[in-house]
Order: sequence, then C-alpha cells, then structure tokens
Amino acid sequence: MPEIVLREALKRGLEEALENDPKVFMMGEDIGEYGGAYAVTDGFLKKFGPERIKDTPISEQAFLGAGIGAAAAGLRPIVEFMSISFTLVAFDQIVNMAANLRYMSGGQISVPMVIRAPTGAGVQLGATHSQSFETWLAEVPGMKVVCPSNPYDALGLMRSAIKDNNPVLVAEPALLYGDKGEVPDEYYEIEIGKADVTREGTDITLVSYGYGMRPVNDAADKLAQRGVSAEIIDLRSLSPVDMDAIVASVQKTNRVVVVDNARRRGGVMAEIAADLQEKASEWLDGPVMRVGSVDVPWPYSRGLEQEVLVDADNVLTAVTEGYGI
Amino acid sequence: MASSTKSNSKIVKSSKNGKNGAADVDESGVAAKTDYLELFRQMFLIRQFEIACGENYSKGLIRGFLHLYIGQEATGVGAISTLREDDYVVSAYRDHGHALARGVDVNRSMAELFGKATGTSKGKGGSMHLFDVAKGFMGGHAIVAGQLPLAAGLALAQQYEKTDALTICFFGDGSTNQGVYHETMNLAAVWKLPVLFFLENNMYGMGSSIERVRAGGIDFFPGMATYGIPAAEVDGMDVMAVKEATELAVGRIRNGEGPQFIEAKTFRFVGHSVADGQKYRGQEEIKEWEERDPVVTFPAQLIERSLVTADQIDEIKAEVNEAVAKAVEFAEKSPEPDLSEIHNDILA
Repeated sequence: MPEIVLREALKRGLEEALENDPKVFMMGEDIGEYGGAYAVTDGFLKKFGPERIKDTPISEQAFLGAGIGAAAAGLRPIVEFMSISFTLVAFDQIVNMAANLRYMSGGQISVPMVIRAPTGAGVQLGATHSQSFETWLAEVPGMKVVCPSNPYDALGLMRSAIKDNNPVLVAEPALLYGDKGEVPDEYYEIEIGKADVTREGTDITLVSYGYGMRPVNDAADKLAQRGVSAEIIDLRSLSPVDMDAIVASVQKTNRVVVVDNARRRGGVMAEIAADLQEKASEWLDGPVMRVGSVDVPWPYSRGLEQEVLVDADNVLTAVTEGYGI
Repeated sequence: MASSTKSNSKIVKSSKNGKNGAADVDESGVAAKTDYLELFRQMFLIRQFEIACGENYSKGLIRGFLHLYIGQEATGVGAISTLREDDYVVSAYRDHGHALARGVDVNRSMAELFGKATGTSKGKGGSMHLFDVAKGFMGGHAIVAGQLPLAAGLALAQQYEKTDALTICFFGDGSTNQGVYHETMNLAAVWKLPVLFFLENNMYGMGSSIERVRAGGIDFFPGMATYGIPAAEVDGMDVMAVKEATELAVGRIRNGEGPQFIEAKTFRFVGHSVADGQKYRGQEEIKEWEERDPVVTFPAQLIERSLVTADQIDEIKAEVNEAVAKAVEFAEKSPEPDLSEIHNDILA
C-alpha cells in the first residue's frame, strides 16, 4: 500500500470533495495565496479559484459564523482555523449558533459544516497556541468531534466529516502532519462515532486518540518487553464516543488506562473514566487510571513543555500504580 | 451630548414639504403599487400580538424572557414588505415583529411562546428563537450581534449560487459595540455580499442609553464610510419612509453593488423586556415618541388623504383582533411537547 503523510491524506480528502461536490468550498486565514499555515491547502487556490478557496480577514467569529449561514442555506463549507486555540474567539458562533441551531429551530435547520483546526502542544508555541479544545467541544450537543492519529484515519474521517449533515470539528494533531502511514488508493470512509482497536491484547486496555496514540503505542511496546499484552483503542471520535468498544475491551483485559494529551483535568478521558466506573467496575481489577498533560498553562521552553506533555513514561507509571504490573 | 432630562433619543423626521408618511410618497410612483391596508394590517397585527403576549406573560402562560416590539412596527413591516420570497430575514431576540411581517403563522408563533408542540420550533425555541425556514425566516437570535455573521453567510450562499436574492439582517444599537459587528461589516464589504444591514436604533441597549455606552454619538450610519458600505438614515416611525429607503437599498444589492446599511431611528414604547420598569428614562421621552406611534399616525394619514376609508381600517382591526384571540386560544389548547422530543432535533 502506498505511504503518505497525514497532511497529504487530509489534502486528498479535501481535494476530492472540492472536485466532486460544487457545494463544497473552503474558508480560512491564509488558506489561499499563502497555501495554509500548515500547507494543507497548498495549490488549492490555483486549482479551484477564489470563489471556492476563500482567504478571510483575521475575523474568526465572522468567517466561522458565515460558514454557519452558508451551511444553513445548503452549502457545505469547510472552515479552517489556524490553531484550535483560535476557536476560543469564535466559541459563541460554534456553540450558540452552529451546535444549537438545529435544536432551537425544532429541526428546521441543519449545519453541514466542517471545522478544521490544528491541535495540541509540542512545538514550543507557548500558552496561547498549544491547547487542545477538542475536549471542550466534545461536550457540546449538536456537533461531532473527530481527531485522527494517522494518515489512514485522517482521510477516512475527513471524508465522513464532509459528508455529514452536522457541524463536525476535525481536530488535526499539529505534531502529526508529517507522520507517514499506509493509505489505500481504493475509496473508504471511517464511520464517525466508532473507535478502532489498533492492537489486540489481553492484559490491559490503553485508550487514547490523536497525538496521544504516540505515547500509548510506545508504552505498549515497553509493556510487551515486560510480557504485558496491551490492547490499544484509538477513539477516532470524541463525540460521539464509542463507549461500547471501550467497555468490551475492559471486559476482556480487566484493566484500563485512559490517556489524554490535553490537560488531564476535565478532558474527554475524565468523562470516559466516569462512564467506566458506572458501566465496567465489575470487570475491573483496579481503578480506572487517567493520564493527561500537566494542568498548567503550556510553557514555551522545550524542557518545560516536554515535561508537561504526556509521554510513554506517564502511561507506564499509571499502569504500575493502578495495577502493579 | 447627554442632557440631564433623561431624553437621549433622536427623532428623525423624514417627511418632505411638511407632510408625513403615506403622503410623502403619494406622488412618487411607489404609492401606486403600495398596499397601504396590508402595511397597516401587519403593523396592527404585531401590535395586538405583542399586547396579547404581555397579557399572557402576566398570566404565567408565557415564560422566559419576553421582548416586545411595540413602537417599532413600522421598521420591520416597511423593510420586509420590499422583499421577495427567496430572500432571507434574520432577526435578533426582539423577533416577533419580523417573523409576523415575514408571514410566519400567527398561531404557531403564539404557540411557540406558550412552549407548545404546535409552535414554530415545537416549543424548543421560545420567544427569542422563532424560525420558519419555509418562509425564509432564519431566526430569532439571542446573543447580541451573533446573528450578523449568520446573515453574512446566508448572503454568501446566495452569492455563491449566483442568484440575485439577498439577506436582510435586523439588529439593534446595542449590538454595535460587539466586536463581531465590525468583523461582519468588514467581511461583507470585502466580499461584496448581498446583505442589507438594518439597524433598528431604538436608542437603548436594555437600560443603557446609547449616549452613555457609545463614543461618537447616536448616529451609526456615518461610520459605515469606514467599510465603504453605502448607508442611509431613515425615520423608523414612518412605514412608507422605511419602505422607500429599503427599496432603494434592495435594488442596489440585487444590482450587485454589495452590502447596504440602513439606520432607522425608532423607539420601543415599553421596557426592554416585560421585567423592565424603565427607571433609566423619563415619561416625557416615551410620550414624545408615542405621539408618533405608526399604528395610530399611519392610518390617520391614509384616511386624511382619502387613500383608505375609516371603515376599511376598522374592518382590519376587527379581523386582526379576532386572529390574535384565536392564536391565543390555539396556543392554549395545543398540546405540550411530548417528553421524547427532548432527544429529537439535535443531530441531522
């Protein structure tokens, strides 16, 4: 199977949607002439023209809101944020407008819009550019949230997100844009709301998503060296969350560590941990262990940032503390 | 500047040659096509609807926040009367008047306020969130200024689909101090969107006189020069003046000239919401504006100029009163939403 980087996978998903559906168009800061802050839309302006590849002013509320209006009128906008931290200035539009419109109109309006945003820390951008607000938006009813951890998932999830008739946030782990992976030429989609068991195991379940899959995979490799067989679940979707897949795995392994690369407190994994203690405590041999990045603003200096960012050692420590293995 | 008399509003008299309202455009050609009685009917319907809302709020049959449009009828009715079916109308939280002027069903609107299953949003929206997509009425939006970019986006779709349809966006003076106001004006101008920004300047953002909270006085339309958006000021108490100004702006938008801006100076005769005791302004100011009540002055002018008869006006009043009474009855008798509805209409 051909290998491509995650950036190329996203690009392929966007490009084929633009080619196949005239109602699909893109908006965002510097996605056209500049080619996108992370080069995902490089070359699109030339290929699709300025009516479909719209460079916006630095006005997140206005262009995200305009995306909602366009979607409410039947178009299928794909709106890019330069960083998921910048969604904060458009939260009113995302939450109050995009997510609530359908409900408060009694089902009269749908908002088939994709919101793309690079997420996560690790490249020394400091407190305002390193956050992971997909965890906040995963709490909001009326929208869906996905986050790929590899090129195959990036393409499959992007295809599903664009075809979805709801607002869908595609959180793109900024650290993974250059990661390579196998992506088939044959068409496929990945269903939103379904997790992926990326590695089968018998002794412990490790749950994560996006960039968090990197420390989880590393930890599983180290556990294997100790003779511990870890089962790994990649959530793929944060909303809806595939609790069935997690519970099924825990029923098999009787141990679980949930790993968020966002700050530990209040994240998606906090919710999953709470759900697990209700739904799976009878199968658990110990506490639901929760790992995340340190609950501080993101520091700039490399040593500090790496210490805050969740890593394989954090996962291994939790495995030992929770289950003595 | 703000005076000590607690009167901070500005009355714009749009009439030429000392004449008012209908008389003003009698000779302009607009009059020949104008259905005066329909304009009156809509204004009177809104007035009576709002009065009924207030009464039923007092009875506890309508809850939540209730913002009445009493006094501002001429702006919504005059502006919306110029639109086509394929245009979109976007409103803020004081949305009943715009919905009714757009032809949204009176019964279903009242039922929505009563929180009933027969309401426009099945009872899930309430007073501030009326919607009727089939009528191109795209809400009822309750975060101040939040509806502005939505309107820009609807207009973007109309432009993208290469139609000559447009979107009209109503907002109040209170929304002009939000950052998204600037963002949206700029975006609409840069992209030449077919959107009509219609500011209903009723001089008060809730209890704050615009003079207290805005630098630069109470006129907003001159500021549109910053964005290169053509802007006009109009007497919001004069339905014909509003209609005429809106027709001009609508024509320009359909002609591909991009966004336009109208500022109507108007006044709500009642509080911000029904919970408002209006401690922040004096009775004199309210009285001064009430003398220009379009629901009273417009039919008087029409009769005086023999454009309609007093009997015709009375007939409309009787019809409207009956329709509003029936709407209240419809709302009262309608079923509550089934509890299973809690989980419907979240995702498409």
